[in-house]
Amino acid sequence: MTEIALILYLLAGGLLFVIGFYGVWAPQELLRRILGLNIMGSGVFLVFIAIAAQTRDPIPDPVPHAMVLTGIVVSVCGTGLALALVARIYSMTRDESEERQQ
Amino acid sequence: MNSASQAAISALILGPLILAVLAFVYPRQWRWLCLTTFPLLSSAVLMLAWQVFSSGPFRISMGGWTKPLGIELRVDGLAVFLLIITTGIGLGVMLYAMRYFERDSKPGNVDQIQRQAYFWPLCFFLLASLNALFLSADIFNLYVTLELTGFSAVALIALAGKGPALTAALRYLFVSLSGSLCYLLGVALTYGMYATVDTSLLSSEVEPNFVMWTALILMTGGLVAKAALFPIHFWLPSAHANAPSPVSALLSALVVKGSFYILLRLWFEAFDALVTPAAAYLLGWLGVAAIFWGSYKALIQPRLKLLVAYSTVAQLGYLFLVFPLALTESSGFVAWSGCLLFLGAHACAKTAMFLTAGNILHAAGHDRIRDLDGITHVLPVSVFSFALSGISLVGLPPSSGFVAKWLLLNASLTQGKWAWAAVIILGSLLAAAYIMRVLTHAFTRVAEPELTNPIPPVMEWTGFTLALLAIALGFFSQWSVELLRFGAPFTGAAFSVSVSP
Amino acid sequence: MSVEGLLIIGILLSSFLPGVIIFFLREENHLGRSFLNLLGAGIKLILVAVLLWEVYRFPDQVDAIRWSILPGIDLALGADATSILFVTLSSVLWLLTTIYAIGYLEGAPHRSRFFGFFSLCVTATVGIALSANLLTFLVFYELLTVSTYPLVVHRGTAEAMAGGKMYLTYTLIGGAVLLLGVAWLYSLAGSVEFAERGVLDSLVASHSWELKVIFWMLIAAFGVKTALVPLHGWLPRAMVAPAPVSALLHAVAVVKAGAFGIVRIVYDVYGIQTAADLELLHPLAIIASITIVYGSIRALFQDELKKRLAYSTVSQVSYIVLGTAMLGPLATTGGLVHLVHQGILKITLFFGAGNYAETLNIHRVSAMNGIGRRLPLTTIAFSISALGMIGLPPMAGYVSKSYLQAGAIQAGEGWVLWVLGASSLLNAAYFLPILFRAWFLKPPVEWPEERSFGRWETHWMLLVPPLATSVLVLYAGLFAESPFSPLAWVKLIAARESGE
Repeated sequence: MTEIALILYLLAGGLLFVIGFYGVWAPQELLRRILGLNIMGSGVFLVFIAIAAQTRDPIPDPVPHAMVLTGIVVSVCGTGLALALVARIYSMTRDESEERQQ
Repeated sequence: MNSASQAAISALILGPLILAVLAFVYPRQWRWLCLTTFPLLSSAVLMLAWQVFSSGPFRISMGGWTKPLGIELRVDGLAVFLLIITTGIGLGVMLYAMRYFERDSKPGNVDQIQRQAYFWPLCFFLLASLNALFLSADIFNLYVTLELTGFSAVALIALAGKGPALTAALRYLFVSLSGSLCYLLGVALTYGMYATVDTSLLSSEVEPNFVMWTALILMTGGLVAKAALFPIHFWLPSAHANAPSPVSALLSALVVKGSFYILLRLWFEAFDALVTPAAAYLLGWLGVAAIFWGSYKALIQPRLKLLVAYSTVAQLGYLFLVFPLALTESSGFVAWSGCLLFLGAHACAKTAMFLTAGNILHAAGHDRIRDLDGITHVLPVSVFSFALSGISLVGLPPSSGFVAKWLLLNASLTQGKWAWAAVIILGSLLAAAYIMRVLTHAFTRVAEPELTNPIPPVMEWTGFTLALLAIALGFFSQWSVELLRFGAPFTGAAFSVSVSP
Repeated sequence: MSVEGLLIIGILLSSFLPGVIIFFLREENHLGRSFLNLLGAGIKLILVAVLLWEVYRFPDQVDAIRWSILPGIDLALGADATSILFVTLSSVLWLLTTIYAIGYLEGAPHRSRFFGFFSLCVTATVGIALSANLLTFLVFYELLTVSTYPLVVHRGTAEAMAGGKMYLTYTLIGGAVLLLGVAWLYSLAGSVEFAERGVLDSLVASHSWELKVIFWMLIAAFGVKTALVPLHGWLPRAMVAPAPVSALLHAVAVVKAGAFGIVRIVYDVYGIQTAADLELLHPLAIIASITIVYGSIRALFQDELKKRLAYSTVSQVSYIVLGTAMLGPLATTGGLVHLVHQGILKITLFFGAGNYAETLNIHRVSAMNGIGRRLPLTTIAFSISALGMIGLPPMAGYVSKSYLQAGAIQAGEGWVLWVLGASSLLNAAYFLPILFRAWFLKPPVEWPEERSFGRWETHWMLLVPPLATSVLVLYAGLFAESPFSPLAWVKLIAARESGE
């Protein structure tokens, strides 16, 4: 991969990371924040892939790919946990507001 | 010898993992599974300790594949020290939890049964991931184990089931995930520069440049958020206060220390070449801010568990004093051992404090400090345990907290850093102030003490034993210091005396 | 382990173990509690006597017990002549105070808690006496703070809690300063063991300003418990505690521990010659003198008996500091012997005050008219000690004052004679009126709240201790020059300190 392409990919990854970070901490809606986490994750994975493609060999470096796979798994678990919590919080607040209305 | 260590390590990591799965599949057998952990974990940890004492630190390659591609586990003094703390505190809390989830005498309480069914798998997962974290030798494995720890912790907090606990758990999850993603980005940059993630290889190859600096800042930022250093401590008080009591203990004593451990490994080993005094002082000053802010907030809290949680924020600040105090070679080991002894002392004392706070909360039905007069007369053991752990937290001799602060004082005084010494002393006085806030209620005259719910003796006595340990371990600090020498980043005296004017 | 080591451990355990056990005794178990207390006190006294004999026979002792908590830093317990002085005083007075407390607290709540902490308090005091290095001293000193707080707030009233809060604030801040000072000194000099004539000679040349700052830090820290002006504020407020606690605090444990700390610092850490060379003694003498005069003046204006005695303590304990701050064996003798004498004098006075409160609910001097008719034996004991405080022969106080005066002349500090003279006058001014009232004024027709104790004027457990201590006061004064008095022992210490 050429120098320019590498830098572009790295910058893209960094940009995604920053956008995602903002997305986690600025908005109030919980689902948006979870999406922000996913975008952050994508940014980091993009950086990893870019680094993997850095080598002169036709075959990219497999170690960062392994790390990305692990990262994706972690990201999925984290998203799942967060969604479960959000669902529970939502159902609890909905129950409370129903009680209050009655 | 080697196979014994491998067996020990497997027992420490795989053992709780398997038990977690079993606990999930057979929830009613939790008592047997819990009792299995006691001999399993303690013998494994003792075996590793003996190994390190007799033949020094060593590494084990998983599956026989060596670095830079394989995953290596490393056993040195620091790792064993933290494993001992984890096992000790973990077993103590498990003993408490065995009775905690059945504390209400009403049988067939659905919520409680469910909570108990989920607590044990999560608790075992937490132990497994902590053990793996302390044994890891490369920065990516540290990321994985850190995430595992975080997830277990979040789920454990959410176990309380009530609104504040869930919100706190979610907030913690956000902090945890964003922090680890920052850390992961740092790992990516590091790998990009040096094509390795192993800490020992990195320590010999890393040189200061812009990319590595960015990596270190990212990684430190993420870890510092997860270790609740001021000003990113906001998630901790609500998370630790709203969780069930055994969970609060595990969180304050162990989980936050996990990220701090990684920070130590990075700053003193992997990225040693990048550390400048300015950066070290920055962390140190944030620690000072944590001490004062946390103590101040603890002084004004109306609720007991929040007071204890803010106390954790303050005490964690002390840990970060190691960075500015360990800059010189002559006092480096003093500061290092002082910091780690403090970590251990705080773990014991804070666990005891949360367990006794849990007892008080359950017995009184509330934990408003102002209204606690009656309870302290009918729970003398718990209040006494609170006092004992308070003694260690304040650093009154001869507790382990005292020995740790003594070492930190020595490190700061021999380097002429008077301001840090003053901070250490002031922090102790502030801790005494907020501890006494609670204890004065033990002595006020009350006509009719009330007791809403009785407390099973096991719950009171585990807290007491841990508090007693916090004091008694002070007498045996010499062993800890000897242990910490193996593989420490500093050589030098354990107590420095300045002889030159 | 040597015989001495076993004795020391025995002495510590003789109050520690009963204390721990008493915590678990049921509140109603009056007999068990009293038995344990008295057994512990008795055993301690026997062991201390044996230890005294050992130290007398073998003056050159090495540390008896060491425990290493860090490489190079040990906890060490040992007995030198100075230790024996303090530990004997503590043990004898503990036995008497225990008897008194059992009688005083009959029917009071939370006795198990009280006696548990009481025993811990004595353990801490004895540990302070038997410490062989500065770190061990610090350990037991802080233990004393922690174990005395529950005693001060025992009654649980709002006033008691406020007094306790003030006490804890003062002593914990003092403890923090002490920790800083000790840590600093250790950082300069390594492990600071107590040795006659001091251990810091080698550092004077290179680190004199640091040694001076550390000295004042340590004096300030110890000065809190010693109630040196202006750090004395907690002491009158701590009078809310029950009388046995006031007796213990003011005669034996807390103030003496502070004074003992100053003694150790000047003699066995710095060494009196080094302290003089560093120009530390003169300011210390001035501070002590200010405290002596100020305490006496404040005592004049107190109507509450215990508060008057508290300010008297503030004044009298500084005699010890004054003796320490003057160069020469005579001053040393005067200061150290007053450690014993002030203890037995003051404890008698507090026992008396406790009897007046417990038997007749009298707390104020203005209500004490004719009390000598109703409680003659108590008031005789009280009078003997009051006269001793003023410094009249043949009571013990006279001996200490004369040695201090001689010491002042020997040290060339003539102005101290004025201070001592003024103090004696002031002591007379606030004690003699009490005695006059008690003996020569007519009692009221009926005492407001009288409790009858049968044949004797008050409960026998409240009567025997003050009588016993007043006998000691007379003994220490009359037989001062005999080889079996406190003075004889103190002369031994002074001789060893000056290097004979």
